[in-house]
Amino acid sequence: MSGLNTELVPVLRRGFRFQWEPAQGCHVLLYPEGMIKLNDSAGAILAEVDGQRSIGAIVADLSARFPDVQGIAEDIMVFLEVARERFWIEFR
Amino acid sequence: MNDSGSSFAKPGHIPGPPLWLLAELTYRCPLQCPYCSNPLDFAKQSEELTTAQWIEVFRQARELGAAQLGFSGGEPLVRQDLTELIRAARELGYYTNLITSGIGLSEERIAEFAEAGLDHIQISFQAADEEVNNLLAGSSKAFAQKLAMARAVKKHGYPMVLNFVTHRHNIDNIERIIELCIELEADFVELATCQFYGWAELNRAGLLPTKAQLERAERITNEWRAKLAAQGHPCKLIFVTPDYYEERPKACMNGWGSLFLDITPDGTALPCHSAKMLPVQFPKVTEHSLKHIWYDSFGFNRYRGDDWMPEPCRSCDEKDRDFGGCRCQAFMLTGDADNADPVCGKSQHHGLILDARRQAEEAPKGLDELTHRNVHASQLICKS
Repeated sequence: MSGLNTELVPVLRRGFRFQWEPAQGCHVLLYPEGMIKLNDSAGAILAEVDGQRSIGAIVADLSARFPDVQGIAEDIMVFLEVARERFWIEFR
Repeated sequence: MNDSGSSFAKPGHIPGPPLWLLAELTYRCPLQCPYCSNPLDFAKQSEELTTAQWIEVFRQARELGAAQLGFSGGEPLVRQDLTELIRAARELGYYTNLITSGIGLSEERIAEFAEAGLDHIQISFQAADEEVNNLLAGSSKAFAQKLAMARAVKKHGYPMVLNFVTHRHNIDNIERIIELCIELEADFVELATCQFYGWAELNRAGLLPTKAQLERAERITNEWRAKLAAQGHPCKLIFVTPDYYEERPKACMNGWGSLFLDITPDGTALPCHSAKMLPVQFPKVTEHSLKHIWYDSFGFNRYRGDDWMPEPCRSCDEKDRDFGGCRCQAFMLTGDADNADPVCGKSQHHGLILDARRQAEEAPKGLDELTHRNVHASQLICKS
């Protein structure tokens, strides 16, 4: 299991914007002069990152919405850690 | 607005949407950088789209799928309607980037742009020390103004990119450049070795660094990257090497008309900001819809796919990777835009690149020999 403290609150880094792009049929993360196309799971996780709810709350919510997905909690934690390493999000 | 007309779309080649819109609002600029990418004859092109015309361009491009919008120029700050353009673009859902020299910026305008929804400001510097910066910029006050504005940009909560065009007269100072960017709390730093288009091509002998200069700069940049990573520092250093020291060409614009759409001040639509130099007819947004321009116009289809390629590109197994390189560079250096980019070692014109490297070693030009980009020089050059 990941070592992340589930009480931390993830928030998009300043200058990063998450939005749905109809022309590309996916969520993207926009930042200065750049754009990251997100796959479905990354899009679903970042859609929960609102700077209010903790990692624990996000995991609980997504687990309830996708009860058939095995290991979803671990997947979310791994993604959030990668997103932090790439400086897309910060933890508060 | 004309949506019909003949289509030059290539059978079997369906381009993706234009994701990046560059709005070159004006060619007016208070600075005179000798490596400016604007056309040499910019002084002849004083026509500019109106506010309403620009907003209509933004609307149509957004509908096609553009998500990133760069306000550029010239110096975009000379447009008095910039706040209005930012607000309209942001409401359409763009990520809005202001690409500026910082000259003409003030704290009031920075705050006003933030209120209008501007997402990001990029400030370009000419050098990390005042004297060289101001000499290159052709302005005695530029450096102090840039420093003040970079601090104000961060103070107002924007992410900031600092851009340094590097060349033989400032690249040896790369350590100081990086230190300055960290001090100013840049989120991204572009260390962009000069690319040779527009005024930079004219001044190439005075700008191209030597291989040794370049290797040293890249090594120092890598040392700083490791240092920043060890500190968990978010600042990202982007090092752009000049293709003159490569043996294979760059995949210019990720392919002709594949994701980048540039609109010049008078509304000409281009697949890159240099393409106007090519003997290719490009459409204007005042005459055609962007949908027609992107998918069906002659200009945007001219170099899509690979059926236009002569040898050595035609039979090359790397043609899907680099698309034969840059059409503008092929045109400038060989006189024929269909040719392989001479940067490629397989090009019969590669000797031109080797000559330029040799000149950088043996007979470079001094800082005082550069032709500055200004109206007077533009008129002189384009009269002859």
